Amino acid sequence: MSTDAILRIDQVSRIFPAVSGRQPVRALEPTDLTIARNDFITILGPSGCGKSTLLRIVAGLDTPTAGRVMLNGRAITGPGPDRGMVFQSYTLFPWLNVADNIAFGLRERGVSEAMIRETVAEYVAKVGLRGFENHLPKQLSGGMQQRTAIARALANDPEILLLDEPFGALDNQTRGLMQELLLGIWERERKTVVFVTHDIEEAIFMASRVIVMTARPGRIKADIAVDLPHPRHYTIKTSPEFSALKARLTEEIRAEAVLAAEAH
Amino acid sequence: MALFRPLEPVSQRARIVLGIAFFALFFALWAVATLGGYVSKTFLADPITMVKDGWILLTKFGFAHDIGMTVWRVVGGFVLAAIIGVPIGILMGAYKPIEAFLEPFVSFARYLPASAFVPLLILWAGIGETQKLLVIFIGSFFQIILMVAVSVSNTRRDLVEAAYTLGSTSTGVVRRVLIPANAPDIAEILRLVLGWAWTYVIVAELIGSSSGIGHMIIESQALLATGQIIFGIIVIGMIGLISDLFFKFVNRRFFAWRLA
Repeated sequence: MSTDAILRIDQVSRIFPAVSGRQPVRALEPTDLTIARNDFITILGPSGCGKSTLLRIVAGLDTPTAGRVMLNGRAITGPGPDRGMVFQSYTLFPWLNVADNIAFGLRERGVSEAMIRETVAEYVAKVGLRGFENHLPKQLSGGMQQRTAIARALANDPEILLLDEPFGALDNQTRGLMQELLLGIWERERKTVVFVTHDIEEAIFMASRVIVMTARPGRIKADIAVDLPHPRHYTIKTSPEFSALKARLTEEIRAEAVLAAEAH
Repeated sequence: MALFRPLEPVSQRARIVLGIAFFALFFALWAVATLGGYVSKTFLADPITMVKDGWILLTKFGFAHDIGMTVWRVVGGFVLAAIIGVPIGILMGAYKPIEAFLEPFVSFARYLPASAFVPLLILWAGIGETQKLLVIFIGSFFQIILMVAVSVSNTRRDLVEAAYTLGSTSTGVVRRVLIPANAPDIAEILRLVLGWAWTYVIVAELIGSSSGIGHMIIESQALLATGQIIFGIIVIGMIGLISDLFFKFVNRRFFAWRLA
């Protein structure tokens, strides 16, 4: 696995400096993590465990206090189109319609308009938004907005796709459908994905590997392989293997959640 | 009683009827006070005299030309301030070193009352059009810079971050996120500042001017023609209302994405 690593997180830590007399916050303990090409990793942890901080450092939106992140052997110094990102908050550009949102990154790179049209049509179809190309974000449901955000990130053809609790604000049914959609795309294209979530079921259903993080200060507690076969159907969520994994992760997470609750 | 529940919306028709009703009430009270003899004619003309005086002003004294001059001064000074002020405001909001450099001075300068500059500007630029434009310019310029800068500073961070992860450069973020995201607010700021520019122009015209609505008003005062003064003030109000409606229409047209 380490021979075909796409991303190496090497002793990365993050301490938020003290604000107005308070103690500095250790958000992330020195962390090592290697991610293999074409893998689907979920990072699971209670809120405030530093999982989002870790993802933002990989995206280049936050700088580690120590350590470094290497993508394909090159150190990351800032955000870039090689790492697509989908945020928990709805970050579509509200003044652009669906098609122009998806085209945003392509236009920034100066891709020809003909090529842009083709790519946009392809990704609109992939996320099932045909007929909504000219809709503005405010005219879309939360699920459709996040599908557009996924299409926007993928249209840029990034090396790795980072998702920060992208379905966290959606209702349960929509969330289930979105998981299937994203997993379907991954099963067909095998793009490397790092997906942050606090939802245990979501973490198991999509991942080939679940990284469990501890409560603040954040640290990797467990690294669990998910050997469920692909393509996965939503009914897998009721299988005994799935339930066993879920029970195990629930225990791991519960201990952390209790610690986090006590700390507050 | 349902009509008076807090935040309960009112129908479009009722809105228009109520809006006109207050104008009617205002004129009725004015008419009662003046025509009923409760207020001396020397100090306040009645509405009928006001309309008559206005008609004479327009037909015999070329008041239309005065209105034209005033409008041109406001628009001229304001457009100049907007053309220079908006880009500076955007740069200030986007780039913190520029903000640190300019913000303290601009904050200070915006409290300098434009009207207090009138005597000084007469010394510098005479009593010609340049002086009038400069008063408007000084009154609008610093306000525009500061308000635009604040608006740009408050751009949603997550949109900027999203643009970076899509490959935007610094200038790309300014051009394709900060400017479009704030365009509706900038239009709204310009609408507000244009309203203030109307106050400055009258002040500029009260002193050392030979044309304009303000000039007419000060002349009328010497003649105790309160009907003309009120007519002039009402004309200013009407033009303000029209420009306001125009701005609102344009904003609604161009920034539909902003409306709920």
